[in-house]
Amino acid sequence: MVHCYKNNGYNIVLDVDSGAVHVFDDIAYDMVGLYEDNDRDDIFSKMKSMHPSVSEDELGEVYEEIGQLKESGDLFSEDVYKDRVIDYTKRPTVVKALCLHVAHACNLSCKYCFAEEGLYHGKKAELMPFEVGKQALDFLIENSGSRHNLEVDFFGGEPLLNWQVVKDLVAYGRSVEKEHDKHFRFTLTTNGVLLDDEVMEFVNREMDNVVLSIDGRKEVHDRMRPFIRGDGSYDLIVPKFKKLADSRNQDRYYVRGTFTAGNKDFSKDVLHLADLGFKQISVEPVVAPEDEQYALTMEDLPELYEEYDRLAAEMAERMDTDREFNFFHFMIDLEGGPCVYKRLSGCGSGTEYLSVTPTGELYPCHQFVGNDGMKIGDVYNGIQNKELQQEFKGCNVYSRKECSECFAKYYCSGGCAANAYHFTGDIRGTYEVGCALMRKRVECAIMLKAARELKEQ
Amino acid sequence: MKHIKTLKTKKLNNTVKTGGCGECQTSCQSACKTSCTVGNQKCE
Repeated sequence: MVHCYKNNGYNIVLDVDSGAVHVFDDIAYDMVGLYEDNDRDDIFSKMKSMHPSVSEDELGEVYEEIGQLKESGDLFSEDVYKDRVIDYTKRPTVVKALCLHVAHACNLSCKYCFAEEGLYHGKKAELMPFEVGKQALDFLIENSGSRHNLEVDFFGGEPLLNWQVVKDLVAYGRSVEKEHDKHFRFTLTTNGVLLDDEVMEFVNREMDNVVLSIDGRKEVHDRMRPFIRGDGSYDLIVPKFKKLADSRNQDRYYVRGTFTAGNKDFSKDVLHLADLGFKQISVEPVVAPEDEQYALTMEDLPELYEEYDRLAAEMAERMDTDREFNFFHFMIDLEGGPCVYKRLSGCGSGTEYLSVTPTGELYPCHQFVGNDGMKIGDVYNGIQNKELQQEFKGCNVYSRKECSECFAKYYCSGGCAANAYHFTGDIRGTYEVGCALMRKRVECAIMLKAARELKEQ
Repeated sequence: MKHIKTLKTKKLNNTVKTGGCGECQTSCQSACKTSCTVGNQKCE
């Protein structure tokens, strides 16, 4: 499969199944679309009408170059991975990561929160007791096989509402690492309201990553992320986030925002965060039912595509200057990255990644918490709903027809099971708006790679 | 090549034999946790 597109002045040709990426000049770009379905004479005849000033010799050069790429397996390659990947997904798996919901409570009242002010469809606030968290870490150690590195996310609600338990769980984790030949990588997600010097010092010592929730411009942030009493949280959190980001040398953190129908000009929010000095930025589309006022729909796509293009062009402009920054959804590793098995076999939710509620229930991921039909077990008795786990294990690119035919499949892994479930009622469905935006982001990310490499050349 | 520039990329078909150890991290399309997107993941 070949995907051809133009972005920011580059003619990009992605050979999907080999992973090869090429930048074509205008003549070659027009020819590649004709190459597979026409013979040489027809191609030359059509090209002459499109490019009357181009000589026969030059057309011959282009034809030859395309042929060389095909010969070397870097163009028009085919997907030969399906059977192997499906076999791979049947392998025994271990638990690699847990999301600990240490607080089903929040001190903000964000309008788009899938956790419903942190309560996750519950009626009252709940904090995870230390004993439940300790049992969760023991469960992870016992079910992680010979794996050394284990990921644990402190999540909510707002985790800082249960800060002492977070610290105690980190201490417990560190105390048992050596005995079990494990290493915990801890992450904290916070809205910043309770962030202070003591929290920052601990976070910088113990947390591999920190996610700081902020949506961008003050008016955008305060409209969607107010306190329960109604006033905005921007002025309180920005100085603290800047201090924390600087104290981590602008590394191993993200400022993470959500854009909605209320700020479809979200590139301005990304650039606002960049101009505040943040270097690690993620601003992501809201996922909400179509009848929500702030939801993004298929009708919004052209406007959102333009916004991603605008952002990518600005990032290309800032490349190699002190105003450069990373944007989570444009980060792609063309030279490294995982093998095809990982790329095509899904995110690991329900098998390698589980979420733990304050009472110790296990769910396939944080976006399913509170949905009783999706409870998969608990930290005391392990996985009990084996049938549900098998369903998640079977989630891969080939379990969705749309994915197997999509050019972005090696960079997306088949999309988000939770989004698919919430929009189609099936974890093997596809969430159309999310897919469309993912494809656009992959195009922009590859363009930025091309811009950097050609600049270096 | 005169008309085509090829970027440095990892050939996916070369990973068929070398890959599949299962040691990589989980991945996620959102930055709300430890993982990164599969497109930016390290073979770890």
